[in-house]
Amino acid sequence: MNLLTNPLNTFLITALVAVPFTAQAETAEEKGMAISVESKQRDLGWQDMQAQMNMVLRNKQGQESVREIRMKSLEIEDDGDKSLSVFDKPRDVKGTAFLSFSHPVGADDQWLYLPALKRVKRIASRNKSGPFMGSEFAYEDLSSFEVEKYTYKYLRDEACDGGTCFVVEQYPVDKNSGYTRRVVWVDQSEYRVWKIDFFDRKNSPLKTLTYHDYQEYLGKHWRPDLMKMVNHQTGKSTDLSWNSYQFKTGLSDKDFNKNSLKRAR
Amino acid sequence: MRTQKALLQTGLATALLAALPASAETYFEVSGKVAGELRAFTEDAQFAGQNQDTNLSFLVEPEFFWEWNDGDDSLTFTPYLRVDENDPERTHGDIRELSWLHVGEDWELRAGIRKVFWGVTEFQHLVDVINQTDAVDDFDGEDKLGQPMINLSLVRDWGIVDLFVLPGFRERTFPGREGRLRGGVVVNTDAAEYESGDEEKHIDTAIRWSHTLGDFDIGAYWFHGTNRDPELVVRNQGGQTVLVPRYVQMDQIGFDLQATLDSWLWKVETLWRDTTKEDYFAAQAGFEYTFYGIRESSADLGVLLEYGWDERGEDATSNVQNDLFFGGRITLNDEASTELLAGMSHDLDYDSLSVVVEASRRFGDNWKASLDGRFFSADDNRDLASAFDRDDHLQLSIERYF
Repeated sequence: MNLLTNPLNTFLITALVAVPFTAQAETAEEKGMAISVESKQRDLGWQDMQAQMNMVLRNKQGQESVREIRMKSLEIEDDGDKSLSVFDKPRDVKGTAFLSFSHPVGADDQWLYLPALKRVKRIASRNKSGPFMGSEFAYEDLSSFEVEKYTYKYLRDEACDGGTCFVVEQYPVDKNSGYTRRVVWVDQSEYRVWKIDFFDRKNSPLKTLTYHDYQEYLGKHWRPDLMKMVNHQTGKSTDLSWNSYQFKTGLSDKDFNKNSLKRAR
Repeated sequence: MRTQKALLQTGLATALLAALPASAETYFEVSGKVAGELRAFTEDAQFAGQNQDTNLSFLVEPEFFWEWNDGDDSLTFTPYLRVDENDPERTHGDIRELSWLHVGEDWELRAGIRKVFWGVTEFQHLVDVINQTDAVDDFDGEDKLGQPMINLSLVRDWGIVDLFVLPGFRERTFPGREGRLRGGVVVNTDAAEYESGDEEKHIDTAIRWSHTLGDFDIGAYWFHGTNRDPELVVRNQGGQTVLVPRYVQMDQIGFDLQATLDSWLWKVETLWRDTTKEDYFAAQAGFEYTFYGIRESSADLGVLLEYGWDERGEDATSNVQNDLFFGGRITLNDEASTELLAGMSHDLDYDSLSVVVEASRRFGDNWKASLDGRFFSADDNRDLASAFDRDDHLQLSIERYF
């Protein structure tokens, strides 16, 4: 998480940001990475976050179903975030809770709490490409962004909803990713993501995610109110709206263990 | 229902009511489910009294939840009622939960009637010892009766330590004369016997440590008190031969481990049980491997293999002594959470077989349906499973959540 204490990123930031003359020799790969490093860097220091996630799933015929999830996250220095999610809807999974310790490199640690059995189950985390709750969002689309998860290539500058955007191609490092590449639009003033095109394992266009109605929290943390994912291959779509964002509410490690998972509800 | 009266008399309930919030900051919520369940048996019954080819049953399980003190205190009340068409023993009520939870800085106090699950394996829950099995609810041992307890949970860097005091013992439920899926001789649950003079008032204790070390989740415990698994002893009551449950005292040490390695889950549960009559080891171990996104789809296929062993061999009072389990689970990961599960257990000593197939999906936002098939083949009379030999059935369940 804290890029300054990560040797690789310290090097990169030093090379790409702090020492301007090297920029002349900057390759498309280096520039692509520098944009992600900057984007991550600008959002550091949010400490902890709570929000409500509502999903509306739509199939080709326009039939809808709803998912409601409450989420807590904790920023961890030198590692991926910790998060705890609780399902409210659909009703049959109400009270099911999910605890995740994400890592920039390697498998995440994940546990599921099943309220009917009162059982905590450690689950395999390599299912990154699978759909989250039957939606068009894969697990990997919802996990925290870490610079180390991709390699990069800057493509071009282009007008976008956020003004002028860098267009960067990202190649997942994890062999279990469902994508060969993602093309990401990042605006040049605030380094917010506005659009992502996803390409499947055969490199065919799969999905497009757009970000809407960004709000600024605590003067530096930009979060969208709405994320729309459209699957071009199936015609299905999922709208993910975020409510009740709260930052720095005083969460700590003790809110992210198996005991807190069991009483998350 | 008598048992429940006894439970309430333990005074725990009184303590809970005293802890009820008076503040205006209280959050209150009701949720739960109602369900209807139809069983159709494919063969005539094996024993006298079991005059049912089909059986209808309904259950209701609401949950009332109060929270106050910014979530540091909460109260949960989950009553349960099942009504059965044929078996009066299966028509029963229970308090699944009536408990108060207080969250401290690095500890939690949980007091009241609760349910606790320990263990990692799927086909047998060997080390799961705190709650009594509600064996009349279903024959698979997954349903549990609420257990009165005071549980202090301490969170430390080196793991979570749970201390339990368990006042008030719950007797196992058994199908009555009219019920299917039972043994040849009906168990008279009104005449339970105990080794301890304190009978069902014996106060049991347990301590458990659990921890995560990288890819490994580990748990170990010591339990001292009344064995949840009764011996079934033959008694003569008014000239009639009946089976009576006898609950002995035991010390049990249990250990469970899961290694989560890429797509593999490796699981081990083992226990050592010491009673006046005997002491023995038993274990359940195996793996679960998941193929993700099979055939370019979103569906996953999980394959499970487990082996269950009991040191006492064919003398074991448990159903699992030298048994092999094989299972497959297909999850479509679609909007309706469609799932197909198949499990097979093979007793290597008695060469008996049981097969369970379960299909389930959600309809709309609040309904869920499942269709299960359960099939048994057990011809050796010494095998406890032989009592189910003619109880093959299909079961359709419709659940409504609120």
